[in-house]
Amino acid sequence: MNVALAFDLGLAALLVAIAGWTIAARANIGAIVLFMVDGLLLAIVWVRLSAVDVALTEAAIGGGVTSMLLLGAATRLKDTESNPEPAKLTLLLTAGALCALVSAGLAAVVFFLPDPAPTLAPVAMANLAETGLGNPVAGVLFAYRALDTLLEKVVLLLALVGVWSLARDEAWGGVPGLRVYARPNTILVFLAQLLPPIGIMVGIYMFWAGASQPGGAFQGGTVLAAMWLLVLLARLQQVPAISLPWVRLLLVIGPVLFVAIGFLGFLVADAFLAYPPGYAKPLIVIAEATLTLSIGVTLGLLVAGPPETRLQQ
Amino acid sequence: MRLALDIFTLVAVSAGGLLFMAGTAGLLRFPDTLTRLHALTKVDNLGLGLIVVGLLPQVDGPLAALKVVTVWLLGQFSGAIVSQLIARAARRAEHQQ
Amino acid sequence: MTSATLFGYCGAAMVGLGLFGLITNPHVLRKILAFNVLGAGVFLMFGVIARRGAAAGLGGDPVPQALVITGIVVAFSATALAVALLVRLHSETGQTTVSSEDPPSSSGQGVRS
Repeated sequence: MNVALAFDLGLAALLVAIAGWTIAARANIGAIVLFMVDGLLLAIVWVRLSAVDVALTEAAIGGGVTSMLLLGAATRLKDTESNPEPAKLTLLLTAGALCALVSAGLAAVVFFLPDPAPTLAPVAMANLAETGLGNPVAGVLFAYRALDTLLEKVVLLLALVGVWSLARDEAWGGVPGLRVYARPNTILVFLAQLLPPIGIMVGIYMFWAGASQPGGAFQGGTVLAAMWLLVLLARLQQVPAISLPWVRLLLVIGPVLFVAIGFLGFLVADAFLAYPPGYAKPLIVIAEATLTLSIGVTLGLLVAGPPETRLQQ
Repeated sequence: MRLALDIFTLVAVSAGGLLFMAGTAGLLRFPDTLTRLHALTKVDNLGLGLIVVGLLPQVDGPLAALKVVTVWLLGQFSGAIVSQLIARAARRAEHQQ
Repeated sequence: MTSATLFGYCGAAMVGLGLFGLITNPHVLRKILAFNVLGAGVFLMFGVIARRGAAAGLGGDPVPQALVITGIVVAFSATALAVALLVRLHSETGQTTVSSEDPPSSSGQGVRS
């Protein structure tokens, strides 16, 4: 047992303990804070598993935007904390036994994984030079499995439409009900004036460097969304109404351009989302740039929630 | 020279780790929110700073060193702002009781 | 035992914990939280498979890693939709459980038009 394995053991034990505490905590906000800590620890675990792109995504989305979303919901529901009765003991025991069985089955799967492990890494690396990218994960996301990425973006948009559809009829097309920090507070305004320029630079850098180093459109887009949400929370900008043209344009420009590049593949390279040789990298970078912008706006609006006040005409 | 730099890294990172432990002890043992925030911001500033300074001999190139120092500055900045916000919220909750 | 299989067991434990929280916690927000813990465990197991596929000079197989990135984003969008549904449920009926008991016979506090 060397030092690295001892560190991994401590990290894994901490991860499971905090996950268990998240489930068993009594207060909602305490459970969400524990979930946030779990997300950041999970980012470290991803680095230990040599998956730095996934670590960036987990820290940004899992430990960042999800926790913000849940905290907003928890503060809205604060008056219902003590309402639900705890579950009965028989339910707890049977559920516990069945979940322990599921965990044991999955642990057995991990134990009996085939050795040597099957892998697609040589195939991925062999064709990476043609795409002009240096980051194999970006190659998988935008060249080998580009259809998955396109559909993922469409799923984000569908979730946004689903969230919007939960508005009341009279508030349709109005302003999302993001609870901004209503008190005039110089500290939060100071943060929202100083951090977004740095954050926007970091977000664009993460997208740009994602072609050859760990990074990418999703990670950069999430940082951009976080900066936008910070500015909205500090009331330096009004939360935009969802029927405004520029909001809708920014939302769809990413997927529309991606689909257009896909159909271009029909014309010049005889398959959907196939890239013509030599033009792969510029096309991928253009698609990623607009995708980053769209992802930033989509994630920000997903956190902002359904419209609640009618747009003032 | 390499050995001296490695020893410096070990000493600085261990000192930073000790400060983190002290901050955690403060978080667990101090009586109320304001004193706990004080313990945590000490950790943010000096503990993270020692770790960053200790890691500087290990990075390759001045650009990577600049990135690591920027991480420290951003950590200090956000820690200070968030401590202020939490302290104001705690003071307000105290007054309402 | 390598560190990859260690994290595999960790992921399996998180799946079990998340499933337990999903079944037993009556408050819907806690169910959403448990669902996210369950998802994190599943992604961790994917990551173990990716780590074991290290070859061709890489630290891990990039295909499962890309799948996990896609999964994290989709899980977030599902969480956002679930939270919006919960907030709407609360504003319509004033309750935050999905228990099968009858809702209160009065119109419920907090129902706004």
